[in-house]
Amino acid sequence: MSAFAVLGFGGSIFDVLSSKSTYSSTMRFAATLVFAATGEWIAERAGTMNISLEGMILTAAFTSALGSDLTGNVWIALLFGIAGGFLIALIQGVMSHRFGANQFVVGLTLNVLAVGITAFLAAEIDPVVTRAGIIRVPLLSRIPLIGEALFAQAWLLYLLYPLIPLAWWAVYRTRWGLDLRCAGENPQAADVSGIDVNKRRRQAVYVCGMCSGLAGTYLTIGQVGSFGADGVSGRGFIALAAVIFGGWVLKGAVGGAVVFGFFLAFGSVFQALGYDANPQVLGALPYVMAITTMILFARRGRQPASLGRPFVRGLT
Amino acid sequence: MTAAANVTETPVVRAPSAAAQRLRTVFRSLPVLAQYLISIAVALTLCGILVEVTGGSASKVMSALLDGSVRSPGAWGLTLSTAAPLLVVAAGTIVAAKAGLSNIGQEGQLLLGCAATAFIGTRADLPAPMVIVLSFLGAMVLSGMWAGLAALMKFTRKVPEVMSTLLLGFVAAQLTTFGLTRKWLLLATNNTSRVNNGEPLPDRAKMPTFTLFGNEVSWGVIIALVVTILISFVLRRTTIGFRLRALGHNSRTARRAGVSAAIVGGGALVVSGAAAGLAGGLWMTGGSAGDRFTTNVSSNIGWQGLLVALLARDRASLAIPMAFVFAALRTGSSFLAATGVDRRITDVVQAMLVLALLVPPAIASVQRRRRPRGGSA
Repeated sequence: MSAFAVLGFGGSIFDVLSSKSTYSSTMRFAATLVFAATGEWIAERAGTMNISLEGMILTAAFTSALGSDLTGNVWIALLFGIAGGFLIALIQGVMSHRFGANQFVVGLTLNVLAVGITAFLAAEIDPVVTRAGIIRVPLLSRIPLIGEALFAQAWLLYLLYPLIPLAWWAVYRTRWGLDLRCAGENPQAADVSGIDVNKRRRQAVYVCGMCSGLAGTYLTIGQVGSFGADGVSGRGFIALAAVIFGGWVLKGAVGGAVVFGFFLAFGSVFQALGYDANPQVLGALPYVMAITTMILFARRGRQPASLGRPFVRGLT
Repeated sequence: MTAAANVTETPVVRAPSAAAQRLRTVFRSLPVLAQYLISIAVALTLCGILVEVTGGSASKVMSALLDGSVRSPGAWGLTLSTAAPLLVVAAGTIVAAKAGLSNIGQEGQLLLGCAATAFIGTRADLPAPMVIVLSFLGAMVLSGMWAGLAALMKFTRKVPEVMSTLLLGFVAAQLTTFGLTRKWLLLATNNTSRVNNGEPLPDRAKMPTFTLFGNEVSWGVIIALVVTILISFVLRRTTIGFRLRALGHNSRTARRAGVSAAIVGGGALVVSGAAAGLAGGLWMTGGSAGDRFTTNVSSNIGWQGLLVALLARDRASLAIPMAFVFAALRTGSSFLAATGVDRRITDVVQAMLVLALLVPPAIASVQRRRRPRGGSA
């Protein structure tokens, strides 16, 4: 009833923070966001504000369910999921960085298209999903409090551990990453020095599509175990907020995604511990927190100088 | 392979790209209208293939859509009445877009508009036209303020409006759900169903209709047309419209010329939110949404209105026919049950149409870019 009185009650928060299930649940919700935020971070460093992230996750969530339905094999489902995310990325990349269409318009249309097409196909096909198995990593899963959260999960989640350093290395330590960051900061200078700006931006969007493919696959095969047409419900936008929250630095984006994962998980954990709170307050919490963090941090972050601006060679 | 073949190796390798080049040249040399027609045809064919692959019949779907939207008796009136809220959402979206801002939270703003209309419509004890006027005003104020929150965040804290408007939509959905759990807000006083429903709107709070060639058409259609023409006029012919467009074209120049980005841009966002609220009022009182408030009463009208604006490429005059096309797809979809194809195929058709119409102008801009400038080169 009185959610605020309950929220003000410090003991309940302590209970939530000291419970092992909080951390496990947070990681389950955060994994989707972390995969997606990593991809979005790469796309934004190259200068694309990729709002079709939501559509990429949703498409991948469906195609991976389809792959699972057809073969029952998690690896095939993973391939299907990556392909689904890549497909949306292909349209986004080509339309906005080859044909020069407005990237927000393309992204928005793709989001609506993804909602329509997955809802339609799910109604026609109704895929049955085989979940990925839970693997307990010996020793590490016995770390107190966070061991189970990090090392006793559906194995798809462990793909995060190589992905994050790989993304960091590719963006900060390779020629490709240097080109890509340059395309996001100063495309004119990049162009003059011989970098094909729009090509790099397209590639970054493709990488983002594949990361979102992982996100969607994890959501369907790892976390939920079925495809729901409204299962993504703004996660893509929360991942976008995580990138802003992180100030366009990878560790910040990942951290932000974990924080938002906590707020997504908070409702169920809070109620599982026997506390009573208004369901609408709990439901609105992740979105309110995403907005609040943007209010606090959007100004501070050093965003890529030409984020969201199309690149056209010549005078600007 | 002979030596002669080796000489021609380079062109042989490039042959597919040359063919693609030729195809592109052919496509470009077509008149603009033909480009649009081809794009639309491709989009519709893809949708048709989708229907056929999933075991339906594309021709049956087509004829069911036409029956539901225009051919069956009274369908015209229904389609026109559905087009009204779509058009108003689109007109509001165009205001924000002209100022260079992307409001994409219409669905939530429209939901709040529906809620305000239901709240005032079921309570205000006034004669018929006054109830509607008052409830529409309430809807516009509430939704305008909701979009105003995004404007405030944009111009004081640099929060991108693309994200804040959308995320606020999710909060709005939770707010209205909360409203449906309290009798002093939206919940019906004698709700017996397991789902929380709102109080039914009394007849005096419903939009009256007029008869046109045997079709019942809502007066909302007239309101929508007036609002669209008014917005179009303000944007084209007034100082404030000029400032707004200047801001959208080049915000730095506009600021140097004395345009306040916060006031004009923020105002544009508020107006677009208020338009979504008005659309919510039209939708709520128009009859197609049912007679009471529920959590999913907005049923994608906001999203579809947004697509109408995209399809019209921010031209109010084009938004009118586009709103009709989308409304026809919407009303037509209710006849799809007989064909065994899920009605959400029309959502796919709508998005594909928008995507298809992005292609010809994009190709034209690529073409313009590649053409050498003013005789140099």
